[in-house]
Amino acid sequence: MSDTIRTAAPARAARARSGRVRSSGARSGQWAAWAFLAPVVLYLLLFYAYPLFRNVELSLRTYTVRSFVQGGAPFAGFGNYAKVFGDATFGPALWHTVVFTLVSLVFQFGIGLALALFFVRHFPLSATLRALFLVPWLLPLIVSASTWSWMLNSDSGVVNAALSWLGLGPVNWLTSPDWALWSVIIANIWIGVPFNLVVLYSGLQAIPAVVYEAAALDGANGRQRFWRITFPLLRPVSAITLLLGLVYTLKVFDIIWIMTKGGPSGASTTFATWSYRLGFGNLVPSFGPGAAVGNLLIVMALAFGLVYIRVQRRQALA
Amino acid sequence: MRSAARSRRTAGASLAVVAAMGGLVACSSTSGGGDGAGTTSAGQTAGGGTYTIWDPYPQYDKTSEWVKLLEKCGTGAGVKVERTGYDTSDLTNKALLAAQQGNSPDVLIVDNPVVSTLAEAGVLTTTEENKLDVSAIAPNLLAAGQSGGKTYGVPIGANTLALYYNKDVLKAAGVDIASVKDWASLTAALEKVKAKGKKGITFSAIGTEEGSFQFLPWFWGSGASLTKLDSPEGVSAVTLWSDWLKKGYAPNSVIGNTQTTSWQEFATGDYAFAENGTWQLANAKKAGFPYGIIPIPGKTGGTAPAPTGGEFVSIPVQADTGRYATSQKLVTCLTSTDNSLTTTTTLSYVAPTEAVQAKQVAATPDLKVWVDAVKAAKGRTSDDLGTKYPKISEPMWGAVQAVLSGSKSPQEAMTAAQTAAAQ
Repeated sequence: MSDTIRTAAPARAARARSGRVRSSGARSGQWAAWAFLAPVVLYLLLFYAYPLFRNVELSLRTYTVRSFVQGGAPFAGFGNYAKVFGDATFGPALWHTVVFTLVSLVFQFGIGLALALFFVRHFPLSATLRALFLVPWLLPLIVSASTWSWMLNSDSGVVNAALSWLGLGPVNWLTSPDWALWSVIIANIWIGVPFNLVVLYSGLQAIPAVVYEAAALDGANGRQRFWRITFPLLRPVSAITLLLGLVYTLKVFDIIWIMTKGGPSGASTTFATWSYRLGFGNLVPSFGPGAAVGNLLIVMALAFGLVYIRVQRRQALA
Repeated sequence: MRSAARSRRTAGASLAVVAAMGGLVACSSTSGGGDGAGTTSAGQTAGGGTYTIWDPYPQYDKTSEWVKLLEKCGTGAGVKVERTGYDTSDLTNKALLAAQQGNSPDVLIVDNPVVSTLAEAGVLTTTEENKLDVSAIAPNLLAAGQSGGKTYGVPIGANTLALYYNKDVLKAAGVDIASVKDWASLTAALEKVKAKGKKGITFSAIGTEEGSFQFLPWFWGSGASLTKLDSPEGVSAVTLWSDWLKKGYAPNSVIGNTQTTSWQEFATGDYAFAENGTWQLANAKKAGFPYGIIPIPGKTGGTAPAPTGGEFVSIPVQADTGRYATSQKLVTCLTSTDNSLTTTTTLSYVAPTEAVQAKQVAATPDLKVWVDAVKAAKGRTSDDLGTKYPKISEPMWGAVQAVLSGSKSPQEAMTAAQTAAAQ
């Protein structure tokens, strides 16, 4: 019912606007246009607007298992949010989310850019090598995360075996609170590099060779060519790479869950794993606070999206 | 002109698509209305038709003994059985959602600590309503499915934890297994094993319910109670584990071990002991070294109460109460004394009734240690803890992790856990 109202309103507005166009076929053209639009609108409403709305609603009510099944959960306003903010897990989880996201992004982008610059000079087997670098991206996350957790195992892991061969003591990669977060960051960087490599590589190819030629004629050295030409001309591509990377990294869940379950004792808990733990990780699920943490993540991603749009608009104007 | 005609035709076609989609939306909103009115097979009367069963045994397919047993029970009750196997961790949410939509299965087999949650949600019928007979069931097993004086299901079988040991490793270290009677003698045995260059004991202290499950025999074995985590006894249980880690009797990897990865460590043949469950018996026979099993010792001797594992068969609430009679026949077929031996053998569980336990031991003497362990075992949601248990369990496994990873002292961690659990 509400759907028809929502779709009918713009339709009426569109018809009012089309009134100005006095062609006889205009009316049926408008109908056709809306008919074409309708599947998309329905799709968006069903699979985006409704789940989002449900999630917000879930976070604003006090759900117990009983009220989840029988209905009638009391409205709690921002009670769930207050509970989440006041939770002892909130501070560390926020900090871990920020560190995880920033460190992952910096290294993924840095390594990705370095590799893209390397591969843009065509040399024998460069295409094959580049394809090999895509492997982390092609593997299912459950495979790569399980492999990482096996490699980083304290007692039987290959990494500690290599360290002891070098005469260094074993590190409890996944079971020490000092290392667990860094271990999942390392795995995440490894998984994210190919994405950065691919996007930045295509960005590099879009820079005309003429510009480099001119710079070479003017006597620019390699460093100057990178900082004065490559980097500024790559800026739009870099911006979108970083934004997409940010959104992906904020919500990374599977790698952390498979490798550490957010542990030991919360040392690698981020908002994503915390939200899951609240909603599904316990015999008695707390849907309200779980949804609240999930919504905080959405708001964070949205904020950076808006920043991106603003920057892009300023660039377009300049 | 021609283009206008074409656009009109396409418009018509896409409108048809829209109409079809609209129809779909309308359908889904009536069937998923959540008002509890829609049922799976409204209109079908009891004593015929199809009855749905959900279980957490996705490892069994249509050709397995288990599914054949279900079908046989269906035939006995004069109905067709439609069975779906779900992953255990998935089943709770699936059952809650189904109840929300008013299409619960007729028979639901769930992990025992979940029963109190589903009962709290009003999803399950009591034995008064569904007329199931639970008089023969061992009280310690039945307790996990009871809250507020009502019983919400029948245990289909039970399993629990005990200590597997590697005979070769103990022999090389000069440990007589008969000497291991309490925590002190167990620790002494681990010390001897370590001195011989072998590894002591492996268990699972992962930050999930599995970690609590494995910690409980030591926690209860110390004499502690779940209502007071920070009692001196409770602290002594965590201290035991953390001392083992500090002295190198247990590997650091236990902090992240599931029961499966812990078993894999034991299966390497390097470990003297492993804390694990009945379900590993088949793997133990394949391990390639002689093994034995002892009950987990209490702090000062005796058998520590281990938590019961295993599922309950329950009958979810239906709009059509006439279905209960047939569902009750199906459940009775799976759990009655006559059939229980078949069921528990099929699922490799210890039976929930003394009579059948005796038959099992007579058939397989190896099971005696497990039957004893199950007799001493205790449900996690017992003592009328019910849905309070999960709120205690989460801080408890958190505290164990904090102590083992060295971020808190045993006393600090258990005090913090008790504060969190009491909230």
